[in-house]
Amino acid sequence: MTFFAVENLGVRFGGVVAVDGVSFAVRQGEVYTIIGPNGAGKTTIFNLIGLIYPPSSGRILFEGRAVTGAPHHVAERGIARTFQNIELFEHATVLQNLLIGRHRHRVTSLFDELLFLPSVRRAEIAQREAVERVIDLLDLAHYRDSLVAGLPYGVRKVVELGRALATEPKLLLLDEPSSGLNPDETDDMAFWIEDIQKELGVTVLMVEHDMNLVSRVSTRVLALNEGRVIAEGTPEQVQSHPAVIEAYLGGGA
Amino acid sequence: MRFIFKTDYNQDIRLFQHGGQMFWYGLLGLVLLAAPFIVSGYVLSQLHFICIYAIVGLGLMLLVGYTGQISLGHAAFLGVGAYTEALLQGAGVPFVVSICCAALFAAIVGVIVGLPALRLKGVYLAIATLAFNVIVEEIITRWDSVTGGSQGKSLKAIELFGWRLSSGESFYYLSLALAALSCLALINLLRSPTGRAFVAIRDSEISASCLGINLARYKTLSFALSAALTGIGGALYAHKVGFISPEQFTLIQSIELVTIVIIGGVGSLHGAVLGAAFIILLPQALSIAKDWLPESIPQAGLQSVVFGLILVGFIIFEPYGLYGRWLKIRTYFDVFPFYRRGTFRRQRGYLRSERLR
Repeated sequence: MTFFAVENLGVRFGGVVAVDGVSFAVRQGEVYTIIGPNGAGKTTIFNLIGLIYPPSSGRILFEGRAVTGAPHHVAERGIARTFQNIELFEHATVLQNLLIGRHRHRVTSLFDELLFLPSVRRAEIAQREAVERVIDLLDLAHYRDSLVAGLPYGVRKVVELGRALATEPKLLLLDEPSSGLNPDETDDMAFWIEDIQKELGVTVLMVEHDMNLVSRVSTRVLALNEGRVIAEGTPEQVQSHPAVIEAYLGGGA
Repeated sequence: MRFIFKTDYNQDIRLFQHGGQMFWYGLLGLVLLAAPFIVSGYVLSQLHFICIYAIVGLGLMLLVGYTGQISLGHAAFLGVGAYTEALLQGAGVPFVVSICCAALFAAIVGVIVGLPALRLKGVYLAIATLAFNVIVEEIITRWDSVTGGSQGKSLKAIELFGWRLSSGESFYYLSLALAALSCLALINLLRSPTGRAFVAIRDSEISASCLGINLARYKTLSFALSAALTGIGGALYAHKVGFISPEQFTLIQSIELVTIVIIGGVGSLHGAVLGAAFIILLPQALSIAKDWLPESIPQAGLQSVVFGLILVGFIIFEPYGLYGRWLKIRTYFDVFPFYRRGTFRRQRGYLRSERLR
């Protein structure tokens, strides 16, 4: 059984074919990276997997079942994502952001919560213990009670990764984890992606431009151009593939 | 300045962050409990209104300040609560049951209004709720056989377990208890998963749904809870004024309720209570000021003008409302002399390109 697969996925926006018959399969435990020039359709594929837009064709399979419904159904299946331009809850603290990530593991009902019964208190403490593991892993203890609105960009990026990890996903979608980060922060990000894959055993599907990061952490790479797959293989194979070089640098004049 | 060193998860969760808070809220509680023995009957009557408007303000704050959904139709929920109470009291239903029914019925209506909110945002939602307000007002006016039409309906004093609450003191304690319970219920909700889901929807719908929050369910729930609190407020309001008619639940009333939230400070429960106090005390202050104003200023309509100016002033100069102003004053003294004007300025928001349509 394939762990996660996309079959013949396509979407059109009016006359624009943003994604055109893309198929790939991700094996459990690997880091699978999608690369491609701007406008190749990478983020669109993420949005299709997240069911934010309905696909025009094709289907998405996760653990042998099709992914269908609304975006929150995707999260409940154990797929978490981050966003290219950071979508955090600005007027909440880092801790609250991570706790919202625990939403799919909530156990209390509305009436218990209105009365704040002892069971709710116990559940809240348990959620905090789970979140603390993420805080420890990503070194966020210093920012635990800070409002997101006052945090620098690099930290926000990490908080967003933490929020996705707090959901305890089986598959983690990272949309350009290194964009806007300086080289040191990118280096940290690479370490964390390796930790997430090796120590937490989470499968990672990533969109990324920084080829150093890609070659360092990826098991396999998929190259896209204008909505179509142009190459797939190990980072070295894809980087030296003639179609990839042409897509990035243009054909020989 | 106080630094709290956390060593236990309960410190995140508990009601009072430190002893100082417990002391000041305890003192406030004592003063409120002692109020009937200190103040005159007239002031006590104003305190009734503050409690009632605080309950309504808390309900609206949950919707506007915490879930980020605007409503210009809350006077309709107030009306639904008030008329349910009047009808059930007329039918001889005990108060404990009738006020629960007022809350429940308002919540059901809230769910119905919440349904379009799943598709509408911002100004469009405001228009939809505004239309809802007009519809409810018309229904109350035209449905003579049940609501008494524009003749209105009178209510008797509340009877609680065979004990008649006809005095100002007993009604004050009832409203105070309900206001305190509403406040506690919302604090509890906001420190649990449901409250956090509301905040998530307010700050980023797309992130919220990608983390497993069912937008439809939580938006409807927020409307229902908000309407239920407003319904309770409406039932108390009906008893307070003793006579209800359609013109008490118009659009103007809705705008006044939104004013509570904005002047108090969007996104804080303190704000709802402060805003309620402000909106009740302002007309009193104006009527005192009238004696000092020159004859040439017309008396009629003065209140609306002043209300409007204050609302605009708050939106421009103090978007965080009275509570935000209080936080700034407190911080000024906390960090004296290091307070800077920029202390509370927000960092620029980063580009948000991905939005649900």
